[in-house]
Amino acid sequence: MSAAPKPMPTFDVDAARADFDILSRTVYGKRLAYLDSGASAQKPRVVLDAMRDFASRDYANVHRGVHFLSGAATDAYEAARETVRKFMNAASVDEIVFTKGGTEAINLVSYAFLAPRIQPGDEIVLTVMEHHSNIVPWHFLRERQGAVLRWVDVRDDGSLDIEAFDAAITAKTKLVAVTHMSNVLGTVTPLKEIVARAHAKGVPVLADGCQGAVHEIVDVQALDIDFYALTGHKIYGPTGIGALYAKKAHLKAMCPFNGGGEMIREVSQDRITYADPPARFEAGTPPIIESVGLAAAMDYLNGFDRAAVAAHEHDLLAYARDAVRELNWLRVIGDAPGKGAILSFEAEGMHAHDLATILDREGVAVRAGHHCAQPLMERFAVVSTSRASFALYNTRTDVDQLVAALHKARQILV
Amino acid sequence: MDNSLRELYQEVILDHSRHPRHSGVLANATHKADGYNPLCGDRVTVYLALDEAGKVADIKFQGKGCAISQASASLMTDLLLGRSKEDAEKLMQGFLHLVKGEDAAGLSADDREILDVMSGLSEFPMRVKCATLAWHTFKSAVEGGEAAKTE
Repeated sequence: MSAAPKPMPTFDVDAARADFDILSRTVYGKRLAYLDSGASAQKPRVVLDAMRDFASRDYANVHRGVHFLSGAATDAYEAARETVRKFMNAASVDEIVFTKGGTEAINLVSYAFLAPRIQPGDEIVLTVMEHHSNIVPWHFLRERQGAVLRWVDVRDDGSLDIEAFDAAITAKTKLVAVTHMSNVLGTVTPLKEIVARAHAKGVPVLADGCQGAVHEIVDVQALDIDFYALTGHKIYGPTGIGALYAKKAHLKAMCPFNGGGEMIREVSQDRITYADPPARFEAGTPPIIESVGLAAAMDYLNGFDRAAVAAHEHDLLAYARDAVRELNWLRVIGDAPGKGAILSFEAEGMHAHDLATILDREGVAVRAGHHCAQPLMERFAVVSTSRASFALYNTRTDVDQLVAALHKARQILV
Repeated sequence: MDNSLRELYQEVILDHSRHPRHSGVLANATHKADGYNPLCGDRVTVYLALDEAGKVADIKFQGKGCAISQASASLMTDLLLGRSKEDAEKLMQGFLHLVKGEDAAGLSADDREILDVMSGLSEFPMRVKCATLAWHTFKSAVEGGEAAKTE
């Protein structure tokens, strides 16, 4: 008996584009080619509607009042937590902490998990392609507690050498902190393999999933990962909200982070006891409306065949890569096999900011600069690069517009 | 083609950025400062030799950055050579107004004519910092203060 052929994944990009009102606006009278979703993604109407509907019908503070609306808002907030749990396939909602973004999620691990466990000389392993948000919290531990940062290099194509990574994990290592997908190179790291190697030496692993969660399927149980941080605004959701997944045992062993309402069990004049996780780490009024928006965004994304979305994004990347291959004045940085839909490049005789200014006037929005990844810029000996990052709503027309604008920039600048 | 782009990247600007005047290290500098734009990573170092009267007897700069920042630094060194500290300060204020599209009445007609090539920047507010980095760095050098920063 032969298995039925798998149906071809389908993704209708034009239908998806119609979900994003902003994509139909013009800039400087030109069609908008938004190629900066790696910095922040646009929001589909369902996300904006969900937030407005919730705020205009069910809004109040959560976990506090006894009144009707407080109950409705609490239900919505906790339903959002369940959506995030499902999105990452965590075992329990108690393993999902809402934060104000990916940065706060990583800082939470640094402050509440790792700091109390660090002795001078202890090591934290990270890669040169980390975003500053997965660097600076560990620098704090270096500055304040004498931790040592062990940097794992990438190959010239931007790929990660797992053997070099393995060698960097020693008896002194207290944490591995690694991106799931580089925001500059697009490199997708072999998280499962990294976790296996680290766990073999008894070392927990944190993944910065701010890019990865958008483009890859995240299954924290299959990965057996200890911590996974994501942010809402890159995943078609609102700003001001993110989430940390952490294994229950870790969360239970973590000291409180911010102090305030909501995170306590009991407070008196001379003693205090803390709430169980995840409430212990959610001091103060949380981003309630944003939680509803984040859940709507995750539902929106999962409403598509994710494999088909990934195939669409990879097609765009391949199309763009081919288009710029012919331009001998353009150097692409990051060509790792299986990389995600990000194209960073340097153009001969054109500084990234001059280039981005000209592209902008052609309606093409790209990011120019060091991308909050200065150690990586140093590694590749560049001051700054231009970056086009693709989302589910981008098309080959966007790529064509980018390439035409690149030629225009060269006409003007070189 | 967008006219404001043509004006921003006009030939004079591109020429200055490709062939910067007074570029390099000044061995006999009496003053020096480093400027840094943390937003884009651009760097510039301004070297000055002030004479006893406080005149800019010599000036050089070294830097890496976009066409706007390099052209602005090059133009600045051209203009400041031979000026007194007070003149330089006035010139700088006029320049800062000019690139923001504000009233630059403090500039002399000659200076205004030379600096006019930078006036297109007023259409690109996000790039003004690129043009002012060298000037702020010059000011820190004169004042012997901390490294200049624009962001």
